[in-house]
Amino acid sequence: MTLPAGIVLPPAQRRERPVRPVGARRRGRFGTQAFLLVVSLAFLAPLLLAVYASLRPYQETSEYGYFSLPRHLSFAYYKQALLDSGMSRYFLNSLLIAVPGVLVTLFLASFVAFAVARLRLRGAMVLLMVFTAGNLLPQQVIVTPLYVLFNKVPLPYWMSDSMTLYDSLWAVIAVQIAFQLGFCVFVLANFMRTLPREILEAAIVDGAGVWTQYWRVTLPLCRPALAALGTLQFTWMYNDFLWGLVFISDGDKLPVTSALNNLRGQFFTDYNLLAAGSVLVALPTILVFLLLQRHFIAGLTLGAGKG
Amino acid sequence: MPTPLARRARRRGPRRHTRRDLAVLGVLLGIPILLDLALIWGPTLASIGLSFTTWDGIGDIQWAGGKNYENLFTNYPQFWPAVRHNLLWLAFLGLIATPFGLLLAVLIDRGVRFSRFYQSTLYMPVVLSLAVVGFIAQLILSRDQGALNAVLADKRNPTDWLGDPDLNIWMVLLAACWRHTGYVMILYLAGLKSVDPTLKEAAAIDGANERQTFFRVVLPTLRPVNIIVGVITVIESLRAFDIVYAINKGRNGLELLSVLVTDNIIGEAARIGFGSAIAVVLLLVSLGFIVTYLVQELRGEEKR
Repeated sequence: MTLPAGIVLPPAQRRERPVRPVGARRRGRFGTQAFLLVVSLAFLAPLLLAVYASLRPYQETSEYGYFSLPRHLSFAYYKQALLDSGMSRYFLNSLLIAVPGVLVTLFLASFVAFAVARLRLRGAMVLLMVFTAGNLLPQQVIVTPLYVLFNKVPLPYWMSDSMTLYDSLWAVIAVQIAFQLGFCVFVLANFMRTLPREILEAAIVDGAGVWTQYWRVTLPLCRPALAALGTLQFTWMYNDFLWGLVFISDGDKLPVTSALNNLRGQFFTDYNLLAAGSVLVALPTILVFLLLQRHFIAGLTLGAGKG
Repeated sequence: MPTPLARRARRRGPRRHTRRDLAVLGVLLGIPILLDLALIWGPTLASIGLSFTTWDGIGDIQWAGGKNYENLFTNYPQFWPAVRHNLLWLAFLGLIATPFGLLLAVLIDRGVRFSRFYQSTLYMPVVLSLAVVGFIAQLILSRDQGALNAVLADKRNPTDWLGDPDLNIWMVLLAACWRHTGYVMILYLAGLKSVDPTLKEAAAIDGANERQTFFRVVLPTLRPVNIIVGVITVIESLRAFDIVYAINKGRNGLELLSVLVTDNIIGEAARIGFGSAIAVVLLLVSLGFIVTYLVQELRGEEKR
């Protein structure tokens, strides 16, 4: 199996199907359609329910349940979640983590991948294994020592008002980068192996150094893989829940997924407000997915599409 | 197969790296390697070390030998339920969600109409954060106002889907399936698209029916995808955390190993040594699978 085949998924290409009796095919077709439609609606239903709940006042749903006809519909909860509950601040935190996180990860990972796949280094295989295996570890295995470590690393006040790496966005960014490097190195190294060597050889003959071979010759060819990985990584870093929870204690610095819990009251939880919050949290990733679907799926299959 | 000497000569190559090249390599390989060692592998080793101590995170570190493990296996009531739940998670994702994802991929790959719509819809849950999935589960499953109980319309004796410790793990597994199925489906869909159609034609000419073609011809060629799906399933089951934490902090029937680790290290009564022992159990199980997988990869690499 070759990698580039996974990069651009052709939209439902028409293919020759084995010849079957017309009646059987039509019946099979209808059954398949019905089955897929039912499953799709079942998959969509929870999301639609969340949107529906978020548009209705608490009094109404507490009296009639979430599954009832609407009497009032409004965006009041969205306003409340965004403005009064300060979700806009948490959104900003998430962006401050995910955007530099993705960029630095892609940069560092692409160089490691380049070194592993394109330079004839000794120990390249070991390097690849170390990174790949690191990404597969359960996060909880490294959480404790990191917690201790981050508490001991001092930072100047202008970088972190806690004066340590702990309880600062830096901690979350650093862990995200270190953890995701593994996946990106793995995927990019596989991708770079499929690139024609001749271009690189030509550049070397022309006297290109390592940096030029990487930045000017190899990286431009990796654009589709980088786009795919970038989309995927953004979603993963944005969705992350554990790192924010463990390494940040100041509620104001939480990323938006971990902060969702703040919408939960101590004695009383307004689930419709929580629903609005959930929809808001989900919105960016859903938009990214719908707009960049092709890249997104390619990113996943890049990792899988090798043999 | 070149001789070892020839291979070495080829690897060394005719060129030498200049000083500038070495600097670039040193910095740009050094930083990621340092990050990986300092933030991933170092802490992994530290976890193993700490698991043999009694430490609360503040006082002195005292060596405890295997006491944490002994306590864990014999004297910690949440441990075995958590192990059971993790295994259940693995079985559920592996035996139900994964085959279901494969089935959906096969159906969509047959080129039905609206396949793009189905593909996007079924994949949608995967882009949601598991925390959001946890909250949506509450909207559907909460006892008094949840949509499911409203459909069942048993007002006098409502089922507490998330509160009943015998029931809630199954509900959470359904929610986890909701995400896992789409993930698996996309991977298989990409795999199926790259299966050489002439293989299927040849099978059809030989008189194989659709089922035979799939199990004897198509599925074996999907081996690399199967391996990846297997790895993802195992790793996800071991890592599972967010959904149960979002629902009730992983208590009352929703214990998982990952939750026990987190419980022991953050919060007021930090038992870092003990928490690390749980983490090491988690590590050992996952390392078994990771090593198997990497050996597979390495073999493929050699054949290249």
